[in-house]
Amino acid sequence: MSRLIVNRRKFLVGSAALGSSLALSGCNQFDFLGQRGNPVRQALEQANVLTYQAQRALIGDQVLAREYAASEIRQGQRPNGSTDPTTAEYVSLREANFEPYRLTIKGMVDREISFSLAELRNMPSRTQITRHDCVEGWSCIAKWTGTPLGPVLDQAGVKQGARYCVYHCYDNIQRSISGDILYYTSSDLVDAYHPQTILSYGLNDEVLPVSNGAPVRLRIERALGYKQPKYLHTIELVDDLSSIGRGKGGYWEDNGYDWYGGI
Amino acid sequence: MTEDKGLPPAKGPLVYRQSIWTRLTHWVWAICLFFLLLSGLQIFNAHPTLYIGEQSGFEFDNAVLSIGAVNTPSGPRGQTTVFGQTFDTTGVLGMSGPAANPSFVGFPGAVTIPSFRDLATGRVVHFFFGWIFVAALFIWFLASFVNGHLRRDILPKGRDIIGLPRDAIDHVRLRLHHGRSYSPLQKLSYFAVFFVLFPLIILTGLTMSPGMDAAWPWLLDIFGGRQTARTIHFVVMVLLVLFFVVHIIMVLLAGPLNELRSMITGWYRTSPGTPREQGDKP
Repeated sequence: MSRLIVNRRKFLVGSAALGSSLALSGCNQFDFLGQRGNPVRQALEQANVLTYQAQRALIGDQVLAREYAASEIRQGQRPNGSTDPTTAEYVSLREANFEPYRLTIKGMVDREISFSLAELRNMPSRTQITRHDCVEGWSCIAKWTGTPLGPVLDQAGVKQGARYCVYHCYDNIQRSISGDILYYTSSDLVDAYHPQTILSYGLNDEVLPVSNGAPVRLRIERALGYKQPKYLHTIELVDDLSSIGRGKGGYWEDNGYDWYGGI
Repeated sequence: MTEDKGLPPAKGPLVYRQSIWTRLTHWVWAICLFFLLLSGLQIFNAHPTLYIGEQSGFEFDNAVLSIGAVNTPSGPRGQTTVFGQTFDTTGVLGMSGPAANPSFVGFPGAVTIPSFRDLATGRVVHFFFGWIFVAALFIWFLASFVNGHLRRDILPKGRDIIGLPRDAIDHVRLRLHHGRSYSPLQKLSYFAVFFVLFPLIILTGLTMSPGMDAAWPWLLDIFGGRQTARTIHFVVMVLLVLFFVVHIIMVLLAGPLNELRSMITGWYRTSPGTPREQGDKP
């Protein structure tokens, strides 16, 4: 009997070793897919364009993300990404309790305009209890209050031909010796004009805290967390994303994440 | 060709068992599931905890599986907690790689694409092969409905249910009958894969998409929330891996060359005594 056990154990160990070495050699073979700009990777990335087009075709532009009951708020909104920006501009704003803050709408608009926090808070607001889905896989339900973006864009007058909103932020998401990289991302005008897309200044019935993006965080409820820029200060309307940042439409997008972010 | 008429033939006829659609989609799925599994484990590693419900409990506990590393007096250890039971999984889950330079990841780099931590690339690979996988399933369902494969070989009928105990005993005794169609156990297995596991893994995958949840909010209702869907997606992955293991074992036991031939050329050598039909080869 003991012989049998040893044999079986040897067999198991042997097959596990064989299996893992096969898998090991197998997987390193595909590490090249991690190289941004690799032609094979670029071919695979086309599936993300298909996903974007399929979801835009399938999902009505005005269809809402699910809103939850207040009883579903069971915890604070989990902060992630930048939680405490250290740029001089942001630190001085924060010290001034965001009094000098202005949200600017610029680019392909009829007139460049900007709003103070008080002006944004005095516009019609929307409150929604929604689920925040992080690209990492977790979710968190919270109540967001803010000004719908669509009417704000209309005040600036979006020009014919504008296709994207680029969201510029205060936070230095990447701090390196060669300098800080400031967060930015972008969306199409469908997401920008979606009824649940709000310039949120309130979270769970309180003023939006710094760790969650004070003074203003944009909510795009039908997309993942990295499409919900925190510490937002400027919205730029453009017809092309290639000249901004490293050309992929956002900080995470420049680092290989898909631009649409709806899946 | 001459046949000894006095003795029963030692071989059954060579029958055309697998259509081009079955063979083509079979190999497409084999490739897709390999990449989907390894890129899926990469994605899982970005947050190696599974929950029940809509959200992830950070200030309450609704986790059913969690993989991580902890510091102990004797150094760091890999730990896996399933339904509140914690197991030391150092070397495999939570902590793996060389002892001098371990890496603290959920699943080891040996079973992820890429082998290093790279969620963005995992997603690129996963969604590409996800589309191919779904397209192949669509083609297979269409072709199998039209050519009768579904009705003939996949959908279990009354006599398959009646014949199930006998077929199970035959399988246990390794008396594998090579017929024109599948045995009751085979039919049930493939039925489960095509009508339960594949649809489940696709729909739970879609439930993780905030865009799809807006389009089809019933997804959240049938699976009991986005995080439950993520958990089910993982469980179905485990079941498909188990199916794969049994599938390979059965191919080896049933005669790997004959089985491989049928999935490459379509032609399958049946057991002696199988009645010959028009179109068979000797």
